[in-house]
Amino acid sequence: MEQAHIEPNYMKIFWWLLALTIVEVAVVYAHLPKWSTVIALVLMALAKAFLVAWNFMHLRFEKPALLLMVGFPLLLLVDLLLGLMPDIAHRIF
Amino acid sequence: MDQAIAMEPSSDFTGTARGKVGMWLFLVSDSLTFGGLLCAYGALRMGSTDWPVPSHVLDVPLTAFNTFVLVCSSLTMVKGLSAIRHGDIKGLQKFLLFTALGGITFLSIQAYEYHHLLFVEGLRLRNSLFCATFFSLTSFHGAHVFAGVIYLLITYWRSTKGDFSASNNHRVEVAGLYWHFVDLVWILVFTFVYLL
Repeated sequence: MEQAHIEPNYMKIFWWLLALTIVEVAVVYAHLPKWSTVIALVLMALAKAFLVAWNFMHLRFEKPALLLMVGFPLLLLVDLLLGLMPDIAHRIF
Repeated sequence: MDQAIAMEPSSDFTGTARGKVGMWLFLVSDSLTFGGLLCAYGALRMGSTDWPVPSHVLDVPLTAFNTFVLVCSSLTMVKGLSAIRHGDIKGLQKFLLFTALGGITFLSIQAYEYHHLLFVEGLRLRNSLFCATFFSLTSFHGAHVFAGVIYLLITYWRSTKGDFSASNNHRVEVAGLYWHFVDLVWILVFTFVYLL
């Protein structure tokens, strides 16, 4: 019943999160072209969110059924974003 | 503790302890709520012609420090879980208190930020879409941190009653899931509301 708990290297994850946060703030104050800033910040934020969910919340050790249960409803968010795209896109293009 | 409590029943579908499945289901529904708020924020912002540059209105360095505080508290939370899995009850209690302290520090800094924006800058929810979305998103998240601090303190209190051990720490992990989720959401809010 009792399973062995393998631990991710928590300190390493912590330093990654810290480093990415510092880079994010640096990118804002570097005044890069607008769209490179946006893309860089969104990618770094998603990377940090993934690091937390995958390691701190132990998703990497969970069974596929739980991953499906958690991941599938999040597709609704993609749907929501796509639904709002006409409103968002007319300002971009 | 007696064996009946130590053995957490598993859900048949996921093969995972039920408490954990329940918490994940709650977190998924909560992330849809946050997702709805963030999408509304994005659509409103893109539809506005006079959106201010957030870093001109908000204190980005202070909030970056606050982000750092929350990430540190996530680290102490996993350290606490790690301690109890090795049977170190004192270590669990120490790290739970550190984690709660991180949450309290976050809330204090946010209270200072709100005080500045509300009473020095004179911003109100009705002033603009920027204010409306900023206050709704950050206060909704702040309420989650507040609930998280209470959750952590209750977990600490249960630990002083001898509820947790090396073989029975499932509820500590479930409390950790909630706390890390609050950290995860803040990472997104910080990027989208303060930095972009």
